[in-house]
Amino acid sequence: MTIRKLLLASAALASLAGGVQAENVLKWGANRDIGSLDPYSYGDSFTINVLNHVYEGLVRYDADLKIEPALAESWEILEDQVTWRFKLREGVTFHDGAPFTADDVVASLERVSHETSPLKGNLPAYVSSAVVDAHTVDITLNGTYPLLLNDLTNIHIFDKEWMEANDSLLPTDIGSGKEGFATYNANGTGPFIVESRQPDAKTVFVVNPAWWDDPQHNLDRIELTPVTSAATRVAALLSGEINFTNDAPVQDLPRLEAAPNVNVLEGVDLRTVMIGFPFRDTLTTGEPNPFKDKAVREALYKAIDLDLIHQRVMRGKSRIAGATVAPPIPGYAEELDTVPGYDPDASKKLLAEAGVPEGLTFEFNCLSDGLVNEEQFCQAIASMWSRIGLAPKLDVAPRAVQTPKRTQGKTDIYTLGWATLPMLDAYSPLLQIFHSKEGNSGVFNWGGWSYPELDALIQQAGMELDLDKRLSLETEALGIVKDEMIMIPLHQQPMAWAVTGEVAEMPLFPDNKPRLWFARVATDD
Amino acid sequence: MLAFLIKRTANAAFVMLAVALLAFTIFRFFGDPVEMMVNEQATQADRAELRERLGLNDGFITQYTRFVTNAVQGDFGISYRNQQDVMVLIGERFPATFELVLVATVISLVVGIPLGVITAVHRNSPLANALQLGSIVGVSLPSFVVGIMLILAFSVSLGWLPAFGRGETVDIGWWSTGLLTPSGRAALVLPAISLSTFQITLVMRLVRAEMLETLRTDYVKFARARGVPVGRVNWVHALRNCLMPVITLTGMQIGNLIAFALVTETVFQWPGMGLLFIQAVTFVDIPVMAAYLMLVSFIFVVLNTVVDVTYAWVDPRLRDDAAKAGGANG
Repeated sequence: MTIRKLLLASAALASLAGGVQAENVLKWGANRDIGSLDPYSYGDSFTINVLNHVYEGLVRYDADLKIEPALAESWEILEDQVTWRFKLREGVTFHDGAPFTADDVVASLERVSHETSPLKGNLPAYVSSAVVDAHTVDITLNGTYPLLLNDLTNIHIFDKEWMEANDSLLPTDIGSGKEGFATYNANGTGPFIVESRQPDAKTVFVVNPAWWDDPQHNLDRIELTPVTSAATRVAALLSGEINFTNDAPVQDLPRLEAAPNVNVLEGVDLRTVMIGFPFRDTLTTGEPNPFKDKAVREALYKAIDLDLIHQRVMRGKSRIAGATVAPPIPGYAEELDTVPGYDPDASKKLLAEAGVPEGLTFEFNCLSDGLVNEEQFCQAIASMWSRIGLAPKLDVAPRAVQTPKRTQGKTDIYTLGWATLPMLDAYSPLLQIFHSKEGNSGVFNWGGWSYPELDALIQQAGMELDLDKRLSLETEALGIVKDEMIMIPLHQQPMAWAVTGEVAEMPLFPDNKPRLWFARVATDD
Repeated sequence: MLAFLIKRTANAAFVMLAVALLAFTIFRFFGDPVEMMVNEQATQADRAELRERLGLNDGFITQYTRFVTNAVQGDFGISYRNQQDVMVLIGERFPATFELVLVATVISLVVGIPLGVITAVHRNSPLANALQLGSIVGVSLPSFVVGIMLILAFSVSLGWLPAFGRGETVDIGWWSTGLLTPSGRAALVLPAISLSTFQITLVMRLVRAEMLETLRTDYVKFARARGVPVGRVNWVHALRNCLMPVITLTGMQIGNLIAFALVTETVFQWPGMGLLFIQAVTFVDIPVMAAYLMLVSFIFVVLNTVVDVTYAWVDPRLRDDAAKAGGANG
């Protein structure tokens, strides 16, 4: 009994003490947990996003998603055009007190681009890096390449001594069956320090008092709790157990908006939802592939009632897209953002002229755990195509099941959402989707198309260091994509976050990534 | 008895091997883990190389043999997603699931047994009929619906209990328990009730059926005739004779509860093994899925074997060597 009393007394004392200096706590309910504390462990942008509060890159995005200096103060391209020289910020320390130097940058770049790193694709042009002096680093690329800074926003810098001391200079290789120290521990330079982590339950971050930047936020503590079930997440927000979620379910928005203490933050995601065609000689049925004919692609485009999908399936919250990138993305051009209009009769005519047989069967591959309301808009589109005399076979399954079919060409028409992350530039879809499939290019060119004039433009853009010239090359390339109707853009999908009255400021970013160093909770004084 | 034990153990080992084989056959339809592991910019060559390093290109038999060989030595590999040793990962989650199942079992006994007795003793009374009707609802409502309704009532409307999580936990050695802190106990209430609804009904119906049998037996009639108070006859003499099957059922159901806790764990974000498994399925985390399935089937096999052995110990007719022994004696 005495022990119990003692415990109660100390608990009471603790709560008293808590009452004296009220902490500003952001209780973040996410729809899933981060994979581990090691940002280089798994190709997962949510994990990298969350760990960006702990680790930082040489450069970062500001509140308007423009690139600004972070751990590097300035940079220049040397005369050979392939080496970039970065001047590092002085006086920055890691959470364990170690100073930040050029060695740390080189060691981190080597770690992320190592052969066994699942993230090496995030630094596609990287060849090597070298220490010039304690606060200067040279990064050598495989050619002139304009998007290094965009890539570096997502490359987190580790402390070399810390990695050496803990045998973590190389990324954790699951194949070797050994665990890594960085999976459980974190030591960055960022605005928050990891205090504790219980996987699937709670990860706690506390403010870093020694952060080099002037904090805009007023948070003392972030408690990240994954709440996978959407209904539970909404309930937790309504009951105040969490005060922020970066995934407010679309179907619950009216209810959340009606709740007195909840603010819904709605926006349009950068992610453009598209439909891709096969360009192989035959369909999965073995029949000749009519989609190689542009007129047939046009027929399918005109048969889709984009307004109906916008209003019924997306509940008026999406943005109908005519271009394959969203307006905020560099390379976007308004004149490309036009839609042909719903015209099923013209579709039928085009199909007849192209000699497509009535009742043509093809597979239509969609994800059950992919885009917002994907299953529903796929069903809608399939029935719209049926109306012009086609017989699409809808195949809906989880991503893990569908992706192998898509990459191996074992399906015909498919959906794809592309947000241009982490690059935030039109070069991203151009290189990875629309370029012919060769080497690092066209990884998502699942249809197998090849347009040499398009490839030439993309390659030119990928070496053009002048921003305006590069963007006009990219726009020109996007124009070819649009004219040829390689893929049909449908819409940019809606996104919604929600906060309770406890949160005063929470900037909503169109890349759907919370950046809590801009967040403020309401204080009494 | 020894021969019986050996035979039962061999059976159990065979069942485990079969489960592993089945699991590996199913995994092929779960998809490709590599597609979930690498980022969007990885090339096909990178993906192929990772697949090779993880041994996913090996033949089915090779993968299966490697898994069984390692598993026998207690090595289930490293989780693809969490990059943690799978046994450690599961070991961390086991206490959460076990405490949930334990409390749910206690609730189901404490509530189910009295209800069973009441419905048997006061057969055809309005109260018993209402309870019977309620029990049908208990059986037929899916546990996630029960969970969400509990959350709406007790977390959102009343604000009494947390909607998710496990509260504060205390570590005793490697075992983390939520039973010792107020927030841990509060967090346990809703998931445990939600998990026990089905079980309560099961216990109640079993006790009722057994009681109806027992109340007809001679010794109950004699006890009543002798003037033993009705309450004592019902709640002590009769009930005691009904408990044997209840205990057996409860023991067998623990395996079930552990396996089906995953629905409750998902609704309440209860950081147990079920939640781990669900996430492993989403990310095609084969080592975690395989280890979880092995562990759950191991629990089932152990419970069944223990029950069988106990029965054999209680009832010599069930032993293998019974015939031989009988022959010698006869």
